[in-house]
Amino acid sequence: MWPLIKILPVTTNFRFVAFARLAGALSILAVVGSLALTLLPFEPPCGGLNCGIDFRGGTVLEISTAPKAVDLGKTRAALGAMELGDVQVQAFGAPSSAMVRFQTPAGESPAETVDHVKAKLTETLGQVRFARADVVGPKVSGELLRNGVLALGLAIGLMLLYIWFRFELQFGLGAVMALFHDVILTFGMIALAKLEFSLTTIAAILTIIGYSMNDTVVVFDRLRENLRKYKKMPLREVIDLSINETLSRTVITGLTAILALGGLALFGGPTLFGFSIIMMFGIALGTYSSIYVAAPVILLWGVKRGEEAEVILPADVRP
Amino acid sequence: MLNLSRWKVVLVLLSVVFGVLFAAPNIIPAKTLESLPAVMPKQRLNLGLDLQGGSYLLLEVDTAALRKERLVNLVEDVRTVLRDEQVAFTELRQVGGEVDLRITDPAQMSAALRALRNSVGAPLAGAPGGRDINVASGDDQHVRLSFVQEALNAEASRAVEQSIEIIRRRIDALGTREPTIIRQGVNRVVVQAPGESDPERLKSVIGQTAKLTFQMVDESVSLQEAVAGRIPPGSELLPSEEQGGAPLLVKRRALVTGEMLTDAKQTYDSQSGRAVVAFRFNSQGARRFGDATAANIGKRFAIVLDGKVISAPVIQSAITGGSGQISGNFTPESANELAVLLRAGALPAPLKVEEQRTVGAELGADAVRAGQISTGVGFVSILVFMVLSYGFLFGGISVVALVINGLLIVGTMSLTQATLTLPGIAGLILTLAVAVDANVLIYERMRDEVRAGRSLISAMDAGFSRAMTTIVDANVTSILAALIMFQFGSGPVRGFAWTLTIGVLTSVFSAVLVTQVLLAWWYRAARPKTLPIV
Repeated sequence: MWPLIKILPVTTNFRFVAFARLAGALSILAVVGSLALTLLPFEPPCGGLNCGIDFRGGTVLEISTAPKAVDLGKTRAALGAMELGDVQVQAFGAPSSAMVRFQTPAGESPAETVDHVKAKLTETLGQVRFARADVVGPKVSGELLRNGVLALGLAIGLMLLYIWFRFELQFGLGAVMALFHDVILTFGMIALAKLEFSLTTIAAILTIIGYSMNDTVVVFDRLRENLRKYKKMPLREVIDLSINETLSRTVITGLTAILALGGLALFGGPTLFGFSIIMMFGIALGTYSSIYVAAPVILLWGVKRGEEAEVILPADVRP
Repeated sequence: MLNLSRWKVVLVLLSVVFGVLFAAPNIIPAKTLESLPAVMPKQRLNLGLDLQGGSYLLLEVDTAALRKERLVNLVEDVRTVLRDEQVAFTELRQVGGEVDLRITDPAQMSAALRALRNSVGAPLAGAPGGRDINVASGDDQHVRLSFVQEALNAEASRAVEQSIEIIRRRIDALGTREPTIIRQGVNRVVVQAPGESDPERLKSVIGQTAKLTFQMVDESVSLQEAVAGRIPPGSELLPSEEQGGAPLLVKRRALVTGEMLTDAKQTYDSQSGRAVVAFRFNSQGARRFGDATAANIGKRFAIVLDGKVISAPVIQSAITGGSGQISGNFTPESANELAVLLRAGALPAPLKVEEQRTVGAELGADAVRAGQISTGVGFVSILVFMVLSYGFLFGGISVVALVINGLLIVGTMSLTQATLTLPGIAGLILTLAVAVDANVLIYERMRDEVRAGRSLISAMDAGFSRAMTTIVDANVTSILAALIMFQFGSGPVRGFAWTLTIGVLTSVFSAVLVTQVLLAWWYRAARPKTLPIV
């Protein structure tokens, strides 16, 4: 059987809506859990997230003592004695590389602190190469966090407007519920897996928003078309039909995206690993939420059908 | 399907030529590229700092310090003006951003106000007759001087512009390759120096204010008394870098400032052989310095750099030639650095480093390699997956569309010199995956239409036209997300957003138009009766 597309049943007849109640309960549970993971403890600026220096301020150094392996214990001890706030030393990729993170003590210049730390590391470890040195001051980190949160909020708002404009308000609400679901669950995953929350994470989440919408729009488009085509069919059946009709596309596109990102996670190095994992997770979620969040919300709210809707039909989709 | 309009074919062919032409410089060796005729595009992908290594600095011009400095100067100006007018006064001091004093004799009040209004501050731009300082009389013979807010704002803005200019001159003197220096927001400056992986050198050259003044040493009280707190008005105690390192009491008024220098260079002292900085004054500076030295033979003056005395020689004779040398505690390197700083001029206000990101060139090269490998792996897996799913014909067509898409992205990115960052590479891979989505939507729609009983040709047409609305809706959302990233993101995130935007546009083009043209050609050539993917 080749091409493989022939294996996929021509018409699937899954009764998605029948499980909507169960799926809804699971989703609500997951959303509540994720919120708790993300926000608790209520400590500014990042709550339960493992905040990078982008949002918390501080310094990250990527050091390499190649060909020797980095003595993590010795490094920790040396930096621990320096009275820096919150020192983290961790292996990063190859054994000869390590990542060092620390906060600048209050009242001291971040740039000067870095110079001291670099000197100390060279003294302790001998030959050290500083592959990367990032310093973010407290003022900038606050702005970055504010901008990041603003960007996420604005993105969701814009999507609502666009869907409202292109479809109906109910569709827009369904899509936005799906977005919130995806974004909150992604945050929950980031908190649970202790992945670093940074500017690139925000970029990943914005991309997920774009993708999740993309997926939802495809289902909605078919739904809108079928609502016009089958005026007498009960709403829940139209929803099931639309999801089934777009299922092969949903599966193929989702798989392609995950395949491509899998390559990135495997070969993209430690910097892109977290980024690609978050995106893969988000894409899987986006696919799920189009079926089990966006569509059922419409079922819950109901849509305008019949004569009223027909007036605005473009000519080419009239049955 | 059959009546494929000519412009579509032309557009597709043109885009292929465009893609090949502008993407090609990225794989042609640099030498060959140089020998090509001038009309050929030569720009390669503009790699971000995270991929080629380099330093990024976000600096904030400390406008508060600027204001503080002006306040100090204002106090000195008031003192000088009133002394010249022989007005007696007391309680001259700064009060919360303003200057306050009390005129001793009520009869002199009007004379004092007139003198201050005429001589203190500078004329206000855009307001004839106005000055940038308000002089107001208060109760009990008090006079209060405050800055006009617009003047302060204008000055702060000018300070930022000047800082950018001075930073540029200093960095150029370092010989860094293609630095980018741009203003961000009200009082920030972004410096990007590709290839410069030693931010310390960069910071030491742009972080210093390099404000140079020549001030007389105040010898009216002994150093012990001054250290104990008996500092005469109009003088200040400054730390010294000279041997011994004891602080020095100097008069606040500067005889000559660094702005009056026309040249500075590192050289060696003819007698001691030590590294010194030789300088030359402009005519105003030369006259002032000549007068001051003539009047103070036998006394000491201090050369003060950024609030520190670097040298305090005794004046042997009047120096009227307008040139001289600074012999501090220099190595040849530090003397050269000071010369560079003096030539470029002093920063109008101190700069604070708010954000600093540095990537070593090796790490950048690693990232490029990782990006290449993962893009390759992603590309091939999409390719294989599409051919497996839709067969050689339809899968193959989407692969051709994907390759053209890739060429268009690389070509456009090279042409526009948009910055490609590491997250941008991730965006590229995702774009390729999502580009396939448009193909999938079209193919699936065609299958639906055939199943619904349409003839092959009308099913193919309907597949395109109906999938189109969905494709547009779906991609507008991605563009919206990218626009927001562009608005709010910084550095690498912007690069990601830009890659995503270009990618979405080119993929809609290639998936829709290229696929359509290829399918039409296939249909004309093969005259098929059934769709191979049903």
